[in-house]
Amino acid sequence: MIAGGHTQDRGRWLIRDARPLGGPPADILIDGTTIAAVVPSGEGGADLATGGGQLSVLDAGGLIALPGLVDLHTHLREPGREDAETVASGTAAAALGGYTAVHAMANTEPAADTAGVVEQVWRLGRQAGHCDVRPVGAVTAGLGGSQLAELGAMADSAAGVRVFSDDGRCVADATLMRRALEYVKAFDGVIAQHAQEPRLTSGAQVNEGEVSARLGLTGWPAVAEEAIVARDCLLAAHVGSAVHVCHVSTAGTVEIIRWAKSKGWQVTAEVTPHHLLLTDDLAAGYDPVFKVNPPLRTAADVAALRAGLADGTIDCVATDHAPHPAEAKETEWSQAAFGMTGLETALRVVHEAMVNTGLLDWSAVADRMSVRPAAIGRIGALATGLGDLRHGCPVAPGSSATLVLYDPEPITPVDPAGHASRSRNTPFAGMKLPGQVVATFLRGRPTVLGGRLAR
Amino acid sequence: MNRHLISAADLSLDDAVAILDTAEELARLAQRPIPKLPTLRGRTVVNLFYEDSTRTRISFEAAAKRLSADVINFSAKGSSVAKGESLKDTALTLQAMGADAVVIRHGASGAPYRLAGWVRGSVINAGDGTHEHPTQALLDAFTMRRRLGRLAGLRVTIVGDILHSRVARSNVWLLRTLGARVTLVAPPTLLPVAVGGWPCSVSYDFSTVLPDSDVVMMLRVQRERMSDAYFPSVREYSRRYGLDGDRMALLADHAIVMHPGPMNRGVEIAAEVADSPRSTIVEQVTNGVSVRMAVLYLLLGGSREPGDAPPAAAGLAAAGSGVAGSGVAGSGETL
Repeated sequence: MIAGGHTQDRGRWLIRDARPLGGPPADILIDGTTIAAVVPSGEGGADLATGGGQLSVLDAGGLIALPGLVDLHTHLREPGREDAETVASGTAAAALGGYTAVHAMANTEPAADTAGVVEQVWRLGRQAGHCDVRPVGAVTAGLGGSQLAELGAMADSAAGVRVFSDDGRCVADATLMRRALEYVKAFDGVIAQHAQEPRLTSGAQVNEGEVSARLGLTGWPAVAEEAIVARDCLLAAHVGSAVHVCHVSTAGTVEIIRWAKSKGWQVTAEVTPHHLLLTDDLAAGYDPVFKVNPPLRTAADVAALRAGLADGTIDCVATDHAPHPAEAKETEWSQAAFGMTGLETALRVVHEAMVNTGLLDWSAVADRMSVRPAAIGRIGALATGLGDLRHGCPVAPGSSATLVLYDPEPITPVDPAGHASRSRNTPFAGMKLPGQVVATFLRGRPTVLGGRLAR
Repeated sequence: MNRHLISAADLSLDDAVAILDTAEELARLAQRPIPKLPTLRGRTVVNLFYEDSTRTRISFEAAAKRLSADVINFSAKGSSVAKGESLKDTALTLQAMGADAVVIRHGASGAPYRLAGWVRGSVINAGDGTHEHPTQALLDAFTMRRRLGRLAGLRVTIVGDILHSRVARSNVWLLRTLGARVTLVAPPTLLPVAVGGWPCSVSYDFSTVLPDSDVVMMLRVQRERMSDAYFPSVREYSRRYGLDGDRMALLADHAIVMHPGPMNRGVEIAAEVADSPRSTIVEQVTNGVSVRMAVLYLLLGGSREPGDAPPAAAGLAAAGSGVAGSGVAGSGETL
C-alpha cells in the first residue's frame, strides 16, 4: 500500500484516492504538520506534490478519511496499575483504533488530583508519541467525594487540564457538585459526571430488570443514573456552567438530556460503543467480560441511545476503555472488576451499530467521534492558543494533518490476542465486525500504517 | 439430561420427572437394611462449600455415600481459599484430582457456571448466592408429590423474601415446568421489580390466598433486611407475612406447610405451625437425600453421553434389586 519513500517521520505525504468523510475520492497532500491541499482525484493532485523534498505516497483507494478520533473517556491506568495498561500501551491501542487524542481518566493510583500527577501522565503521553494525551483531573481530592481537588493548579499546569471527573465514582454530594461546576467557570472547565446515585446502587451488578431478577444479581436501576443526570443538568443551569454526562446508558437519560438541551443549557453527553451494541442478557452466562459500569441495559435502551446519538442529543462516542488483568475477570461475577477495553474496536462498533443501520453517515461519524469530543475537551477546531494541537478539524487545506484512514470493507472477527492494549477484556472477542483502521496521522506523522504501529 | 445441574430452569419436564421417579425408587431402597448401591463406586464427588450449610452438605454427602462414591469435603474455612486462592485455581486443583462431580455452595450468584467452565466433571449447584438452589426445589416438588399425589395444577404459595431467595427462584422455574400454579406473597420491597415477567402470580395479601392454596412454602427472612429498610420491623413483617395458627386455620384440610430451613420460629412461622401435622419440614430433610441421590445417579451413573435419555426409573429399580441381591457390596463402609 505504501509506495515511494519509506520516510515515516514528518515530511510530505500524498494520500491518493481517499474519501474524505466518505465522500468522493480526493488526493490529500500533507506538508509537515498540516494539510496542504485536498484535490478531487484525477484533477492533478499529484502535480501538487512535484518539487519540494522527499515525498511518501499512500495509495488509499477507497479508504475513508476522517479527522483523527478523540476519546473523552480513557483509562490508561498509569500510574499505579501498569499490569493492566500503561500510557504507552494504551495510547498504542488508541492509535490503532484511529484515535489521535485521548482523555486519560483520573482514577489512577495515586489519583490524578494534583498538578504533579497530571503533568506526569501528560509527559508520559508525549514520550510515547502514539497520540495526544489529555489528562482529566479529579474533581475531589483522592476521588474521595468530600473536598475539591486543586482544579485551578491542574488547569494552569503544563497539562492544561480542562475536563475534570471523579469517574468510577459519582460526585454524589449536591453542594460539592454545585461548587465544582461554579469553580471551573474561571478557566472554561467542564465537569464530567459519572452519574450513579450511590445509595440506589449499593452492591449493584447488572441492570435492574428481568435479567437481574432471573440471575439473582443485585440490580443497578436506571433511575440511579437518571436522578443524578437530572440534578446535574439543573445545577449546571443554575450556576451557568458546563456539565458533561459520562457513558449515558438509559433511555430515560437521553430524554432528560434532550430536555436540558432544549433549554439551551450547557449539557453534553457521551455514549460508549458497548452500550450501542450489547444488552444485559449477555450476563446470563455470568462471564464478567460483560460486567461494566454502568451496566449493559435492555434493547429498548440501546435503541434510544442510538437514536439520541443520531439526532445529536448525545454529542459523542467515548470508549470508557477500562483495561483489567485476566485475574480480575476470571472470577465470580460479583467479585470481578467492572469495565471493558474499547479503543481498538470503537470505530468498528460504531460502523456496525450506527452506519450499517443507516443512522449516521461518515460525516456524522466524524462529528460524533472527533469534532464534538474535541470541542468538549476544549481542543477543538475553535480552541484558541493551541495551534496545530487542535483536533477535530476539517479534512481541508490549512488544517492540522491529524486524520485516520479507514477501510470499511473487511468483516473480521475481533481477536483480542492481536490487541496492543495490555489487557484482553473485550466483550467483542470473536464477534464479526466491519472495518479496519489502516493509517493514523498525528500532525503529519504516521502513528499507524498498514494497520500496524508506525514506530 | 444435561451434564450439570445448575438451574432448575434447565430441566425439561422429562428430566424433572425422571429425577422425581428415580428419587422415589431410591427412597424405597432406603427402607432396606443396608441402603446402599454400588453405582458410583470409584467415582469421586467433591463437596465444595464456600458457605456454611451443614444440612445441605451432609445431605449431599449421605447421598453420594449411599451410592458408594468417594466423597471429599472441601470447606472454604481452613482451606487454601482462606489464603485467597481464586475459584479458578481451586477448580483446576479439583480437576487435577479427578473429581467426577463437584457439588458447589457459593455466596456469589452464578459461581457454578464459572466452575463448569473450568472443570470437566459435572457441576451440581447446591445454592449460589441469590440465584438458585435446584436440588432444594426438586426435594420440595418430591415432597409435594408424595403428600398430595400430584404436581400438575397444584396451587403453591411461596411467602417471604423472594428478592434474595435462591429457593424461590428454583421453585418458580421447576414448578412451572411441572405444571403447578405458583403465587408469590411478599412485601413489594422483597420482590424483584421485574417479577411481572415470571411465570407466576403475585399477591401482597397473605390471608386472601391461603384458602386457595394446596401448599404454603415459608421462606426464612433475614433480620438484616430490616436495617436495609426492606420492612419496618420484624414484628410488622411477622404480622403481615408470618404464618401463625390463625392464618393456618384458613387453609383447606389437605393443605401442607413447607419450609426449607433453617426456620426463624416466631418470625415467618409460628411454633404451632412448624410442629403441626401439616408441616413437612422434617420430611423435606429426609427427601433431600433421596433426591440428591437421584441427581448424582442420573448425572454420573447413567449414560455419560450428553443428549441420551435418562435411564427409566423402572430400570433403576431393577438395578437396585440386583445390587441388594448381590449382597451388600458396600457393607464394609459406614454410612
